[in-house]
Amino acid sequence: MVELYILLIFMIVGAIIAIEVKDLLSSVVAVGAVGLGLSIVFLILKAPDVAITQLVVEILALIILIRATLKKDLPFSTSGRWMLNTFITVCFIGVFLFIANKCLKDLPEFGYPIMRVAGNYLKNGLSQTGATNFVSSVILDYRAFDTLGEATVLFTAVIGVLAIVRRVGRKKDSEKLEEEE
Amino acid sequence: MSREHKKGMSLIVKTITRLTVGLILLYGIYIILHGHVSPGGGFAGGVIIALSFVHLMLAYGKETALRKVSRSAASFFESVGATLFLLIALLGFTGGYFFLNFLGKGEPFKLFSAGIIPLCNIAISLKVGAGLFAIFVALVVLNLDSEK
Repeated sequence: MVELYILLIFMIVGAIIAIEVKDLLSSVVAVGAVGLGLSIVFLILKAPDVAITQLVVEILALIILIRATLKKDLPFSTSGRWMLNTFITVCFIGVFLFIANKCLKDLPEFGYPIMRVAGNYLKNGLSQTGATNFVSSVILDYRAFDTLGEATVLFTAVIGVLAIVRRVGRKKDSEKLEEEE
Repeated sequence: MSREHKKGMSLIVKTITRLTVGLILLYGIYIILHGHVSPGGGFAGGVIIALSFVHLMLAYGKETALRKVSRSAASFFESVGATLFLLIALLGFTGGYFFLNFLGKGEPFKLFSAGIIPLCNIAISLKVGAGLFAIFVALVVLNLDSEK
């Protein structure tokens, strides 16, 4: 468990550096360090599926962010209502910690899940679906409807990006002919 | 030096990319096809395939990568993946309900087992890989246009 706490402290330090540093590229690199630390945490907690997905998505997001911030130096606005911002942040953190302390008492202890439904999946998964990877049998057989919703979300996101950043609108054939003449 | 060499990164990066990009693509296909046997699955494998094309684009420039997979082809593959996934789900109605595992279960630990799960993995990987590559292409094209 010690390595888990070392990685958690590393990730918290990385997140603070990502917020506080002035250079945008350094900030992106710190965010990438946090993501890679998270993938190692998933490996230690014995979730290789999530670790693989976290690793590859983190690298893709990192490449896109570096491409977007490489040649731009966006100005930081740290001036202004410093006192008010700090006051609101401290108040929000206090409220969050108070409510989280009340809510998290009802959760089962870390590492000892209740396993009411999951125990059933683990017992019958191999005979009912035939897949030896239980994560795959849950997301594509027992809970395939959730995966369909997730696929729809991604599909909508891609359509939105392609519609917003396209260069020219599509024209009808008759309009094209008029322009060429 | 021909004109092609001036686009993209240096010669060292291009040589290494030529050696590794096929291996990355093969590893993505392996992760997809063995998604029901070992860790991995359609989402991770699709992102790895998208990353291999992103690798090609970063090293060789925009034109070389878009010659392999154009933007309209990426949109087409994404739609095909989504439709295929929905079609597999609807085919479950032949036996009773949505997302019924209507194919034979097969032997555990074999590549051809677990009914519809490998087919769903392939459909999701097509969708995720093509969709993320299309997003990357769109953002890079936008970036280059705003720099001019």
